This record gives sequence, C-alpha cells and structure tokens, in this order.
Amino acid sequence: MSDVMHNFELYQPDSIQGAADLLGEFDDAWIIAGAKDSLGWFKDRVIQPSVVVDIGGIAELTGIEETDDGGLYIGAMTTLTDVLENPLIRDRYPILSSSASQVASPQIRNAGSIGGNISQDTRCVYYRTGFPCYRAGGNTCYANTPTAMNRDHALFEVSRCVAVTPSDTAPAMVALGASMVIRRKGEDIEVPASEYFIGPEIDITRMTVLEHGDILLGIRLPADWANARHYFEKVADRNTWDFALVSITMVAKMAGNAIEDVAMVCGGVQCTPRRLTEVEDVVRGEVPGAEVETLVRRVASRGAQPLNFNHFKIPLMENLAARAVRSLA
Amino acid sequence: MDASGPYDPTLDYPEGPAIAEIAGGGDIKPWRPLHVTRRNFLRGVVCSGIVIGGSSYLFSAATPARADARGVERMMSLTVNGKTRHVDVAPNETLGYTVRYRLGLTGTKIGCNQAECGACTVMADGRTIYSCSTLTHRMRGKDIVTVEGIAAADGTLHPVQQAFIDELAPQCGFCTPGQVVAGVALLNANPNPTEEEARVAMSGNLCRCGAYEHYLRGVMKAAREV
Ligand SMILES: Cc1cc2nc3c(=O)[nH]c(=O)nc-3n(C[C@H](O)[C@H](O)[C@H](O)COP(=O)(O)OP(=O)(O)OC[C@H]3O[C@@H](n4cnc5c(N)ncnc54)[C@H](O)[C@@H]3O)c2cc1C
Ligand code: SF4
Ligand code: FES
Ligand code: FES
Repeated sequence: MSDVMHNFELYQPDSIQGAADLLGEFDDAWIIAGAKDSLGWFKDRVIQPSVVVDIGGIAELTGIEETDDGGLYIGAMTTLTDVLENPLIRDRYPILSSSASQVASPQIRNAGSIGGNISQDTRCVYYRTGFPCYRAGGNTCYANTPTAMNRDHALFEVSRCVAVTPSDTAPAMVALGASMVIRRKGEDIEVPASEYFIGPEIDITRMTVLEHGDILLGIRLPADWANARHYFEKVADRNTWDFALVSITMVAKMAGNAIEDVAMVCGGVQCTPRRLTEVEDVVRGEVPGAEVETLVRRVASRGAQPLNFNHFKIPLMENLAARAVRSLA
Repeated sequence: MDASGPYDPTLDYPEGPAIAEIAGGGDIKPWRPLHVTRRNFLRGVVCSGIVIGGSSYLFSAATPARADARGVERMMSLTVNGKTRHVDVAPNETLGYTVRYRLGLTGTKIGCNQAECGACTVMADGRTIYSCSTLTHRMRGKDIVTVEGIAAADGTLHPVQQAFIDELAPQCGFCTPGQVVAGVALLNANPNPTEEEARVAMSGNLCRCGAYEHYLRGVMKAAREV
C-alpha cells in the first residue's frame, strides 16, 4: 500500500562536506539521490527517517569525464538517462548503456541516479512490505518457507536471507572491473565492484559496503574492457518496470575466432552480482560453437540450490550464458 | 486581495486567477481542497467516512514550520507552464500533490502513487518524470510542464493531442494526460522518431484500457505533422 510520507526534515546541501556534516550530525539521516528507491520505502511507511539529505544539488556529484588512464569517471548523481545516452559510454562500454537502458522505465531513468541504482536495497516482497525478517533485524526469513512467494529469490550463496540483487547495472560494474569512490570520514576510499556488493554472510542488513555517513562520490571505469565485445540480456516479466528474474552481462576479447579473455556476470540469482568463473574458465581460449555452448550450459548453474518456486531460473541462467557465448561466434 | 503575492493557505482566494494563468489562459475551474471551510470539511467527512485517511492526506502539509533553519524553507518558487509562483510546500510533499492540490492543476493524475503507471507524468526541463515520486523541493529552478501547459494559449491543441483524438486513443482517459506529456516530450527531443523509439519513450505509461497501439499511432501521426 502506498500512502503519504511521514514528516521529515529535508536538507539540500550544495557541497559534499555539507552533506557529510549532516550525516555525521543525525543518526537516522537518509540520503536521497533520485529518490526512486527511497520514496517507495517512505510511502510504504516501512522506513521513516526523521532527516532526509537530498544530494541532488551537489554539482560535483554529476557528470561523466575521461580519466588519465583512458577510462571514465561517472559522478554518482548522474542520471541513468545521461549514462545510457552518453556517447563515450556507448562507444567504449556499451554494456553499461544497454543495462542502464533496461532499468525500470524512461521516467525513472530520467530521475534515478547511477549511484542510487547500484546502492538500492533488495526487492524481496516480504522485506519491502515491512516483515520483521533477518534482513530487517528479526530472526526468521519469510521467503524461505515451503509456501512462500520466492519465485524472485536466490539460487546461490544463501545465508539465512535468500534475497537477490535488484540492480541491472551492478553486474556490468563487476564485469568491467569498476571501482566505487566513497567519501568516508573525510577521506576518499576506492572499493572494487567485486567487494562493493556484499552478501548476507558479511552483513545481512546491507547490500553494499556503504555505512551510515558514507557518500558514494562516483564510479571509476578502467580502460581494460573498453571496446571489447559486450553482451547484455535481461529477462523480466514485463520489459518495463519489472526487475530482472535473471540477467546476463558479458565482456570478451577475441583473438581471431577464439575467446581470448572474458568476464561473465549474472544478476538476479544471488544477493550480489554472481561472477560465472566456471563458465569463463570453460570458454577461455575456445572458439564459440555448439560444443562450447553445451559445456557452458553444464557449468553455468553448478551449485544452484533452488527454493520452491524459482527452479525456472536454472535453465534460464544456463540458456542466457550460452546465448552470450553464441553472440561471439 | 493581492493574488500575486506569496501563496497563503489561510486566505480564501476568490477566483484563483493564478490558476487560469498557469493553465495558459484556458477556462479551468479550480478545485482547491485546502480552501474547504470547516463546515464543508465536516460534511465531506460525514459523507465519505474516511476522516483519518482523508484529512491526513489533504492536511499533512499543515505540519509545523521547520525546526532547523538549515532545512529547506517551505516557501519556494515553482515554475509551472511558464509561470513562476510562490508556493508553500511541505518537505515531504510530492510534485503531483503540489500541482494538483495547491495549484489546482488536476489534469495530472495520480494512479499508483509509486512510480509504476505514468498517469502523473510531467516534464522537468524537457524530460519526463513521475510527479508522484518526486519531491517538490527538488524542482526548484526547474521548468515544469504539465498537461495543462501543452495546448497553445488560444486553446489550439498540440498535434499530439489532436492525433490522440483522431486515433481514438483515450478510452477511459485516465492515462491520457501522462501519454500526452510523454508523447510531446519525445517529439520535442526527437521530432522524427522511429516506431521503436516511440515505443520506448511511451513505455513508462501504463494504460489499463490497453489502447497502446492507438497512442503509438497517435504519436507517429503527430510526428509526421510537427
Ligand atoms: C517501479 C520501479 C521499478 C524499478 N525497476 C528497476 C529495474 O528494473 N532495474 C533496476 O536496476 N532498478 C529498478 N528500480 C530501482 C531504482 O529505483 C532505480 O534503479 C534507481 O536507479 C535508483 O536510483 P535513485 O537515485 O533514484 O535512488 P535513491 O532512492 O535516491 O537511492 C537508493 C539508495 O542508495 C542510497 N544512495 C543513493 N545515492 C547515494 C550516494 N551518492 N551515496 C550514498 N548513498 C547513496 C540511498 O540512501 C538509498 O538507500 C525500480 C524502481 C521502481 C520504483
Ligand atoms: S529473503 Fe531476506 S529480505 Fe526476504 S524475507 Fe528472507 S531474510 Fe528478509
Ligand atoms: S501515479 Fe505516478 S507513476 Fe503512477
Ligand atoms: S485510456 Fe483508460 S487507462 Fe488508458
């Protein structure tokens, strides 16, 4: 149910320092960027922070620049539309344009930020509607029961919580070897994407390394995979609004007909984007074709532990991995 | 009474000239629930039986002044359909609420109120957004266009509006204001869209009546005309 939001004090600082000071001062201060994830929480009255810090007015957080090492830097507040339309990104990292173009709907992409997209919380229906589950600080999981609605939930790396990563762009960040620049207690730290997203075994109440008081400044994309071959495919119930049931993201470098190097990441099957290292090992050095695809199918979902209603994700994942490899032929 | 001064919710503005102005001179009857007299309000309550939900919805904006001077100031200027107005806006207020209930621009519809239908679509600096899921305070300095600001000042319909009529696009019409805004925003940015581009641009607008093909044909028809 969606309602009018609770009352809160709204701050619109115009500098990173100003935002950091407010976060330091108020224990329950909540950052909003595009606010597309946050207002859902507020309207459902599940999360009701008394202080909201709107970082939309901080000019430094917006924009896309080339870096000295030939890569790109994307400010956290840059909208998804600006990311997907940016000619440099289209050119060098088409995988990021195509994954950003599949997020939600045009209106949400016009307002939602790339930083918010990779920092958003999971969409487990129980958690989002206020059930006091493990992730909410309680002591049970409502999704992992024989009759629960767990069609959207995880196949891998489950630790009490079976929720999955909701972000369409997060797998691209992992595949491209991006790193997240974070202002923490006055210092800027850089965290690789593979460590930015965290699973329940590390902290069941968070999806990323961001702690209270941290501000994500931007994302650094190294040149490593620029202009490589890219593949992205998202399967959802509807093409608009719906989160991925499973998505596949791949970057690859070819040497003649053979796959020289590859990174493949799957979304929607685990709490974090899942790197398919076994698939990578199978295809590296091989020429794409029916034989390789058979092997890919065999290893893609190895280790999956399905719940009652998400078995379908296993063949889906295998087929998507095989299709990604086929695109290189 | 000086209707050009700051908006004061405690005053009873007789005709609401500002609304007609914002609406681009059209003949629009303002409906301003913040002006209901106490008696009218009670009558409404007796009839509707939703006193708690209803009153908290309409009057949640009447929260106390900000406690901290660094927080946003409630009085803000908002540019809607080319006219800048001073409005009293609560920190937790959405743009959909502000345009409908404070400015009386009820063309913008609230369907789902959670960024999932597009009935509330307006333009901000030329880009479509969901007004139900946008804090009004974020819109300071932005140029907002609602469906009331699409037709010409003399009432001539925009080609998109005319084409929707010609193509019999609206069925119940609830999604239509959002479809109009999405269609116009597309053609402003890209006067010659392919059908695929138009589909994507209109994809954030749900139509319960399922008139998608009609809206799409309307946009493509308008594109040939603008
Ligand atoms: C109907 C609907 C459908 C959606 N469909 C999809 C989909 O298909 N795919 C998808 O990927 N997403 C989807 N989303 C999720 C999401 O809202 C958007 O993807 C959007 O990009 C989130 O960005 P935002 O800036 O609006 O987030 P916000 O709500 O502003 O922020 C999200 C979270 O990140 C934190 N945060 C944001 N920026 C920073 C920062 N710079 N530093 C520290 N913390 C920060 C906030 O505190 C908050 O917790 C959907 C959302 C809705 C409402
Ligand atoms: S899957 Fe995770 S978020 Fe969902 S109910 Fe279980 S513990 Fe909570
Ligand atoms: S009312 Fe805003 S998207 Fe449905
Ligand atoms: S015409 Fe009825 S919802 Fe679209």
